[in-house]
Amino acid sequence: MNQIWQMLADNFSFLLNGVLTTVGLTILGFVGALLIGTVVAVFRVSPITPLRVVGTAYVEFFRNVPLLTLLILIVFGLPDIGLLIPLFWCGVLGLVLAGSAFICETVRSGINTISVGQSEAARALGMSFGTQLRLIILPQAFRTMVQPLVNNFIGILIGSSLAAAVGVSDITNVTQQLNIRYAEAVVLFLLSGAVYLVFALGAGRIGSWLEGLVSTSRIGSAR
Amino acid sequence: MSADAATRVLFDEPGPRGRATIRLATIVAVVLVALLVAGAVWQFAVHGQLAAYKWQFFTYSAIVKTLIIDGIGNTFLATAVAAVVAFPFGLVLALGRLSTQPVLSKVSTAWIEFFRSMPMILVVYAFLLALPRFGVVLPVFWMLVVPMILVSSASTAEVFRAGIKAVDRGQWEAAQSLGMGPGLVLAQIVLPQAFRIVLPNLLTGLVSLLKDSTLGYVVSYGELMQQGKELVAYYHYMIQTYLVIALIYVLINWLLTRLAAYLQVRMGTRKAAAAPVAVDLEPAQ
Repeated sequence: MNQIWQMLADNFSFLLNGVLTTVGLTILGFVGALLIGTVVAVFRVSPITPLRVVGTAYVEFFRNVPLLTLLILIVFGLPDIGLLIPLFWCGVLGLVLAGSAFICETVRSGINTISVGQSEAARALGMSFGTQLRLIILPQAFRTMVQPLVNNFIGILIGSSLAAAVGVSDITNVTQQLNIRYAEAVVLFLLSGAVYLVFALGAGRIGSWLEGLVSTSRIGSAR
Repeated sequence: MSADAATRVLFDEPGPRGRATIRLATIVAVVLVALLVAGAVWQFAVHGQLAAYKWQFFTYSAIVKTLIIDGIGNTFLATAVAAVVAFPFGLVLALGRLSTQPVLSKVSTAWIEFFRSMPMILVVYAFLLALPRFGVVLPVFWMLVVPMILVSSASTAEVFRAGIKAVDRGQWEAAQSLGMGPGLVLAQIVLPQAFRIVLPNLLTGLVSLLKDSTLGYVVSYGELMQQGKELVAYYHYMIQTYLVIALIYVLINWLLTRLAAYLQVRMGTRKAAAAPVAVDLEPAQ
């Protein structure tokens, strides 16, 4: 038991770095995926055919490619065509590309839940496609999307562990390295598992809180 | 198809000015996309990655055998074995979670919640490093498939749970009023209907399993990714090999998601068609 505490104390900053890398990958990945996913979703509902085609192709590719394959393609493939990206940002890029495809579908189904009347009323007031989306459709759509977005977030959190397989020093990778050195697999496995569990549960909590927050502004409306 | 349904909502049939704007935007978009594609092709060309021999490589019969027959074959084998065990196991877990027996329900819930938020690669590493310490040594195939089963059982359990809960309450009540016991109601009335509801989601679960099987790369089990890794080690055609592999995965998963979407639509129309008629005389298949 003492040995285990000693190991944890000796490698505290190493472990902390791992946790921070996981947090960094997840948050940057999620924010990037949210931005790009929303843009691609707008592409997919726009009246401009080439944009719809591009949006659909983008989603079908990145939703169906396994994340590990994508990460390996980025880390080992891109240098072949002269794109050298630092390892951490390779991880972020992979998570953004894969995450945005899933978030695009979340946003698109969010848009579809808004009643046709909202869009018709906006158009009757003379709003353009962009203004309509920005002021009427998307703000309402985001309300129904809180829970699915939390699931997307957890997906990106769990996906970030695959960056360990291509050498990014996230918590999975760090515990794996310590494992090889100390052979304390059970403790280390439980430790990194606990990190994911805590963040996933935390994200769920924040999600419920956010959902409550956005729905209070509905008091006085029909619901 | 679904894009059309979504777009119809957001814009009217455009007038002359609207059509002009759309035409302009279309031209701009086409030019931008063309530039993007040209840029990518340029990057490939400049670094000599378009050389014909680097791509003809994939038509050699030995390479085709390594990637397609061995690689995809092993990917399918791992996915199929994992699905055959994980799906019934998921159903058992779902029934456990829904059961009124508190201990059973708690244990099932804990199992589901634990493995749902556990990254598969962590479970794989645990199997690779922790188990040998206790003297348990599994063949590589099971090093990959057992973690796949554990992780998939949890997500599949939630799919089944949602499906069982989606069966109309009246079905339970009607069956019970006919004197059926709870086991019989489940087996004869509820589960057959739940299966039809969850079928598209099970296909999505199959896609997840197929993606999880790429971790064969970590445990060195010869599925598609691992075969790619070995090819790259010999021939160094990195971007070509991994691009081809990515496209193979996209194609397989795309077909499976299409099938799931088709089943979903087909069931939707069946339901809609059956709704106005009080008695559906057609026997359930």
